[in-house]
Amino acid sequence: MLIYTLKRLLQAIPTLLIVITISFFLMRVAPGGPFDGERQLPPEIEANLMAAYHLDEPLPMQYLRYMGNLLQGDFGPSFKYKDFSVTELIAQGFPVSLEIGGLAILLALIIGLPLGIAAAIRRNSTVDYVVMGTALTGIAVPNFVIAPIFALVFGVLLGWLPAGGWNGGALPNLVLPVVALSIQQIAYIARMMRASMIEVLGSHFIRTARAKGLNEGEVIWRHAIRPALLPVMSYLGPAIAGIITGSVVIEQIFGIPGIGRYFVQGALNRDYTLVMGTVVFYGVLIVLMNLIVDLLYSALDPQIRYDD
Amino acid sequence: MPPDRTIVATGGRGKHDKMISKPCSKISRHLLATLGGITLAAFAIPAQAFSVNIANGAEPGTLDPQKTSGTWETRITRALFEGLVTYAKDGSLVPGLADRWEVGDDGKTYTFHLRDAEWSDGEPITAEDAVFALRRVLDPAIANQNANLYYPIVNARAINAGDKSADALGVEAVDSHTLRIRLSQPTAWFLQALAMTEAAPLPEHVIAKAAGWVQPGNTVSSGAFTLSEWQPQSRIVVEKNPHFHAADSVEVDKATFYPIDDAGSALNRFRTGEMDIAYSSVPSSRFAWARENLGDALRVGPLTAEYFYMFNLHDGQPLADKRVREALNLAVRRDVITDQILGQGQTPSFWYVPRNTANAPQGELDFADMPMDERMARAKALIQKAGYGPDHPLRLRLNYNTLEDHKKIAVAVAAMWKPLGVEVELINSEAAVHYATIREGNFEVARYGMVATINDPFDFLNAYADNGSASRSSGYHDAEYDALVAASTAELDPQKRRQLMTRAQQRLLDDYALLPLYDYVSVHLVSPDIQGWESNPMDVHPLRYLQESEQ
Amino acid sequence: MTSESKPYSGEQSHGAPLPAGGPNPPRAPEPEAGAAPMGESLARDAWRRLSQNRAAMASLALLIAIIVVCIVGPWLLPWGLAEVDWNAFGTGPALEGAHYLGTDANGRDLLTRVLYGGRVSLSVALVASFVSLVIGVLYGAISGYLGGRVDNVMMRFVDIMYSLPFMFLVILLMVVFGRNIFLIYAAIGAVEWLDMARIVRGQTLALKRREFIEAAHALGVRDTKIVTRHLIPNAIGPVIIYVTLTVPKVILLESFLSFLGLGVQEPLTSWGVLISEGVDMMESAPWMLLVPSFFLAATLFCLNFLGDGLRDALDPRTR
Repeated sequence: MLIYTLKRLLQAIPTLLIVITISFFLMRVAPGGPFDGERQLPPEIEANLMAAYHLDEPLPMQYLRYMGNLLQGDFGPSFKYKDFSVTELIAQGFPVSLEIGGLAILLALIIGLPLGIAAAIRRNSTVDYVVMGTALTGIAVPNFVIAPIFALVFGVLLGWLPAGGWNGGALPNLVLPVVALSIQQIAYIARMMRASMIEVLGSHFIRTARAKGLNEGEVIWRHAIRPALLPVMSYLGPAIAGIITGSVVIEQIFGIPGIGRYFVQGALNRDYTLVMGTVVFYGVLIVLMNLIVDLLYSALDPQIRYDD
Repeated sequence: MPPDRTIVATGGRGKHDKMISKPCSKISRHLLATLGGITLAAFAIPAQAFSVNIANGAEPGTLDPQKTSGTWETRITRALFEGLVTYAKDGSLVPGLADRWEVGDDGKTYTFHLRDAEWSDGEPITAEDAVFALRRVLDPAIANQNANLYYPIVNARAINAGDKSADALGVEAVDSHTLRIRLSQPTAWFLQALAMTEAAPLPEHVIAKAAGWVQPGNTVSSGAFTLSEWQPQSRIVVEKNPHFHAADSVEVDKATFYPIDDAGSALNRFRTGEMDIAYSSVPSSRFAWARENLGDALRVGPLTAEYFYMFNLHDGQPLADKRVREALNLAVRRDVITDQILGQGQTPSFWYVPRNTANAPQGELDFADMPMDERMARAKALIQKAGYGPDHPLRLRLNYNTLEDHKKIAVAVAAMWKPLGVEVELINSEAAVHYATIREGNFEVARYGMVATINDPFDFLNAYADNGSASRSSGYHDAEYDALVAASTAELDPQKRRQLMTRAQQRLLDDYALLPLYDYVSVHLVSPDIQGWESNPMDVHPLRYLQESEQ
Repeated sequence: MTSESKPYSGEQSHGAPLPAGGPNPPRAPEPEAGAAPMGESLARDAWRRLSQNRAAMASLALLIAIIVVCIVGPWLLPWGLAEVDWNAFGTGPALEGAHYLGTDANGRDLLTRVLYGGRVSLSVALVASFVSLVIGVLYGAISGYLGGRVDNVMMRFVDIMYSLPFMFLVILLMVVFGRNIFLIYAAIGAVEWLDMARIVRGQTLALKRREFIEAAHALGVRDTKIVTRHLIPNAIGPVIIYVTLTVPKVILLESFLSFLGLGVQEPLTSWGVLISEGVDMMESAPWMLLVPSFFLAATLFCLNFLGDGLRDALDPRTR
């Protein structure tokens, strides 16, 4: 198991190199630079800026410089947020995204799994239709529509919860963003759980269990749920990685200081170092999440062993 | 960067915050503590404290006053650093750290007399600090974006280009309280440039010590407030500076700036009462609603900024033909854009320099009073004469940067040009690409918003003068225009200067070198509980003048 | 879907029930386990079962209706895509002026724009899904059919691709090459083919051991022909299911890009663009949000129901 883990981590290195290289050069060939803005700068001043950030060097030089710094764990200073290094920004933004995203996934599991199971057991009943209909509505409405509606209705018109802001992660500030972020996840998880439950319930060993005279509740609890969770598990790894970096819309609408916005803002502002930093960080995150999921998978499914 | 720098050194949570904040989950606490290095220390505010919450456009890129690039930053730096001269609440200039000054008869020597003032750590503020700041703002390594405003100082340009050392700058501390600045030529707007936070004296004794000197705990301030907390993307807190020279007159005890870049979100949070002031939070799409529902809180004011379409006049471009430029100008109904599409009180403009700029030139496009049908007839005739017709329509690219209002205006203008047989391709790109496209001259018509850095026509006129940014991009060259602008800069008599500027602008307009659309307005939200906040063309609203309404 | 290609939680990740693990995946039961080659009778059988699924059939009908309206509608309406009614800026639904669903802030007819936007959204969805289909199917089939070392290398590549932050790359591509509708097609298609490749590979692995392939081999049929004539047609069941799940995913992805300001250029529009315009106006002009949202939601709703129905109909295990 340990050897397998190490091997996987080693394999991740070339992958990350590819990611870094592609992103680095894509970013640099993009038209526009970090200092292109409403105020056009006099040539002298622009030259000063370029020199200050080593942007006047040839591109391969810049690449080597970046890689060199990266090896020392230095993501460099942000172009836009000049008083902070990229490392500081990620260290500040990631926990926030993790909290929002983690809670949203948790909520989605707590609500989505039972719904999916119920729908599968009562397949083609009213319960099934209602659950799946609601789930599909959740999928069909983009969260950049849901989030502003939440903010307006519950934040402004009803005044029940803060309409935005982070406030150090205070509970009332968490509710709306987490719920808005989890709605689609609830829907996905419910659908997936339903599908895999149906599959498991139709399999031979469940039939055998029934034939042995176990009652239905026992069949479901003891035998069906665990294997049915496997596909949901493999969904969760990337979903977690995605949701914590990807709640861009939610972060923007609720003014939450997370990491997702850094990437989008960085890409749009040509904040080269910030974009690269988030890409590298995210690449590592994916590798780790996949690894964790695979390891958990083997824990849940005794048929899978990693000996190689 | 020093590795041990924490993001928030002396974190503070006011009583008010404490009451509504519940403990966040353990995991986040843990992560915050380990990853962010954020320490939260309880901090007491006296009872009846007057604290102001401000929705402030975006997260500041920096609070180093010489590295800032936008209003969302200078709103904060202005509270921290006081200039030799500074702004009153109506945007006019008043004495700051200098309580008086003299200008030599030739207009080339400025002598400032500093008052007895202290940094917030008790150190005296001296003329040396002012010299230090002016040398630093011109240091190529600082790469200040407004450095050209200080080029009138002797040797400034050469220093900024790296050709001379900083000591050569024509700035000296005569004694600890007297500063002398020598200019290479008289400059009408020089005092305006000194009011910018870029030129404010800086604490050499602090900057020498720490690279991240504008961080809570490291920094000292000369302004009415000190920086007490900075959580990136979350909030910045400033508190009253007891060492400020006019501390007695400052009523605000604490102000919190929230970086809220989503206008809808800022508006929401203003409506719930969480924010007392919300800057630029009412997009045109919500303006009608806001006017009906927010009453006096909605503050619309003039702004020294111009919205125009830049034409590419380079040889071989379709707009190198003056007849085409005139036709395009004629066909645009500016009142439809200001009234129907924006509806926020913008002034349709037939000129280039916004009318509410101090000392603004007069004069306008020659067709300003012509009825619309006549204008259209003339425009059609001109387009035809230029060689375009149904078989050979004029095809134009119109670039704008991503923003709902820019899109709406571009769509409307394209529709207005349609009767001329002009086929417009709309190109939307994010700001970085848009401005790069303009810089490289790779456009035909491009949306441009020019905002004055100082309350003077200089920024506008200079842009189209020789080697100015707009001249380089658009290819506009006119020796007589250049001469008029140069003369106006050196002219110290306001009347004569205005005449020179009027003549300069008229050359630009008679050439139809650009397509002015409207003079901007500023749209902000200010709670009725706050007084001392005045609309003004510079859109500066120093915190030190805000007061609580007596109710 | 269980790929790493979707950093953005809601926008594009889509809970398709087909599993696909991470790199070096310990797999949950893959389609290969059950889906048998689908012959004529099987197709008819599947259709019979699908037609008994009322939800799926209603979805199919509504979907067809939406597509027809989007294609035909603009020709029947009096207003053009970019035509401005100078007397009606941001007016509500009214018969007057033939703005049945009102106008946008530029005085353009909303219904007309929603239908044109539907053309764009649907065509992005179809083309992008098609791109992913072609790449994914060919790649998966070749990899599975050739097997051995080639298969190993090709799947290793897919694993590497899975680790790329794809959503980031799409945004970077849009930033680099500008907002071009063809680029949206290509970029989204390039993101979505990985799952498809895996599914088809699994199918192929299962199929190639079957008698009729072996027989073709024995008869000396060329490899390319075996892949295109025998393997791909026989793997079609799961592929269809997957496509019905890809289409809504792509529509959401496109609308997400639009929300970030990276959508199609004016005067073209899409449902995503219209919705993000409408969100700003939801208090003062709710119809500007509701109309395009309704079309988008209805389409996604139908596609998902249809996808579920297809899976139930095509997958023998769920009988």
